[in-house]
Amino acid sequence: MSRIQPTFQRLAARGEKALIAYVMAGDPTLEDTETYVQQLAAAGADVIELGVPFSDPIADGPVIQQAAERALRSGTTLKKILATVRSLRTKTQVPLVVMAYYNSIFRYGEAAFCRDAVAAGVDGLIVPDMPPDEAGTIHPLAEAAGLDVIFLLAPTSTARRETAVARLSRGFIYYVSLTGITGAKLTDKADVEKKVREIRGYTKTPVAVGFGIATPDDAREVARIADGVIVGSALVKIIAEGSHAAVTDRLSSFTRSLKSATLPA
Amino acid sequence: MTSLPDARGRFGAFGGRYVPETLIPALDELAREYEKARRAPQFKTELDYYLREYVGRPTPLYYAGRLSKKLGGAKIYFKREDLCHTGAHKINNTIGQALLTCRMGKKRVIAETGAGQHGVAVATVAALFGLQCEVYMGTEDMERQALNVFRMRLLGTTVTAVNAGSRTLKDAISEAMRDWTTNVRTTHYILGSVLGAHPYPMMIRDFQSVIGRETRKQILQAEGKLPDYLVACVGGGSNSIGMFTAFLKDKKVKMVGVEAGGLGIESGKHAARFATGSVGVLHGTMTYLLQDDDGQIQLTHSVSAGLDYAAVGPEHAFYKERDRISYTYATDEQAMTAFDLLSQTEGLMPALEPAHAVAHVMKLAPKLKRSQIIVINLSGRGDKDVHQVARIKGVSL
Repeated sequence: MSRIQPTFQRLAARGEKALIAYVMAGDPTLEDTETYVQQLAAAGADVIELGVPFSDPIADGPVIQQAAERALRSGTTLKKILATVRSLRTKTQVPLVVMAYYNSIFRYGEAAFCRDAVAAGVDGLIVPDMPPDEAGTIHPLAEAAGLDVIFLLAPTSTARRETAVARLSRGFIYYVSLTGITGAKLTDKADVEKKVREIRGYTKTPVAVGFGIATPDDAREVARIADGVIVGSALVKIIAEGSHAAVTDRLSSFTRSLKSATLPA
Repeated sequence: MTSLPDARGRFGAFGGRYVPETLIPALDELAREYEKARRAPQFKTELDYYLREYVGRPTPLYYAGRLSKKLGGAKIYFKREDLCHTGAHKINNTIGQALLTCRMGKKRVIAETGAGQHGVAVATVAALFGLQCEVYMGTEDMERQALNVFRMRLLGTTVTAVNAGSRTLKDAISEAMRDWTTNVRTTHYILGSVLGAHPYPMMIRDFQSVIGRETRKQILQAEGKLPDYLVACVGGGSNSIGMFTAFLKDKKVKMVGVEAGGLGIESGKHAARFATGSVGVLHGTMTYLLQDDDGQIQLTHSVSAGLDYAAVGPEHAFYKERDRISYTYATDEQAMTAFDLLSQTEGLMPALEPAHAVAHVMKLAPKLKRSQIIVINLSGRGDKDVHQVARIKGVSL
């Protein structure tokens, strides 16, 4: 059973919003990722997304593209990432979501992936280049396996697409705050608020907002209007910049400051 | 007219729309606008006008007597897309998409380019219709094709270097998709081949299918019968599908797509997707790809930048599986031999892309009877490749 929904429920009961932290699995190695995930969880991340490195990541800006290149250089594969999850599950019960481009899942095999991911302890799946229109085969497989497929909505999404995603998405709905790629700058928070309210009108599934959230201040503003705040590039940058020991300290302190921004005022 | 793809943009198992949610409404809008335009007599009139007066259509169907004699078999004809304005078939598509851009009220266009032929064709129509234009190009390709970079700049286009990944065409496409995702409300992405998410493979095929419609009429006029073989090179596959579409229902017309065999299949340095590839998803579409066991896209190699890409158009994948079109490849070396042969036998200097098609015909024609006919799509002229050819021959200019 997925750990995502109970996590959102527990947080809601306390008036908290979810902090969802993204790291690229295998950046720079999978051993490092295993350490970082435990640190992120200890520092307050409520859900952790594990990026699967892909050679041609069309939805990502340079920070995450380069992280993927580092991960591929260290030999990271989807299979090895699932082994890391299995190992992590002896140490932490933080909800884990795999974020992968569709070709990685397709090549692994949709049915095999749903089965193996759940067996390893993965709770959810985000595929940035798989709109609901192309999820016809994986959706029932994931439902049967107990894997939450989390769909995305964007500022350009029409009401019709919002209702479709609201109906299909499990765990939470990933609202992309801007027309753009990961690591871009979020400027129009009023528009985000309007859209999140609109989506909430269609469903009780929590809505988390990602893209362009780089500071605790950004996180605080978004936490006011959504059920969860997703931070990726800002964390990946910390990992890219330092030596292992320096990274772990900064990762923890930055995550703590983000988490405090999601607590009730 | 073919009825494919279906409403979901599928050619059987292939095609579709594997793109971020942000782009789906733009693809819907494009599909809607295209459908409206296709039915509007005024759009057809306008498109025909520019194809005739600006591009120079219809292009001739030329009987290559000396080459036919030299190879000693079938009669060989060339569809002269090399005579299109800007030197290749690419402009058939960019004129169509630029007219659509104007209909959608968008003022900015973007594009990717590998060899620079599509980039130049986009820069040209942007100048023609007064559109702001930015072309993405890998830094590796910018070095190899410095002349086309300068041509685009002379036409008033911004050429943006892409320094990510392999710094070639696939990275330029990724970067153009990122730009489009960011500026989708004001910008139209003029994709250059029958690739990408629906409706691109369908729309670009339709714009290029003028090649086959003309060819069919011309060969019937010249020979009173249909050709036995159509041969064209296949990168993304727009010149080939453009020529083949009008003949798909003519069961006796055999069609051959020629991919880039690079340094040979065994070397691993090639772009022959049907020779060693497998099904996957790249840049929005499900098709045959060169990928590793983990689904990472592999680097490709070809002497011709226009064939140097890891995926093939989804409609080709469909016809390959149905055995309606057969696919083969020619190596760099074979393409160079064909380049010399055609230059010296007919005074036609082909681009290195269609030189691959000629290379296949060098093997095919001698096996056929004199009464049989082959039509090759001469999709572009070789001017752009002169530097590259000099380099290969070890000549410094």
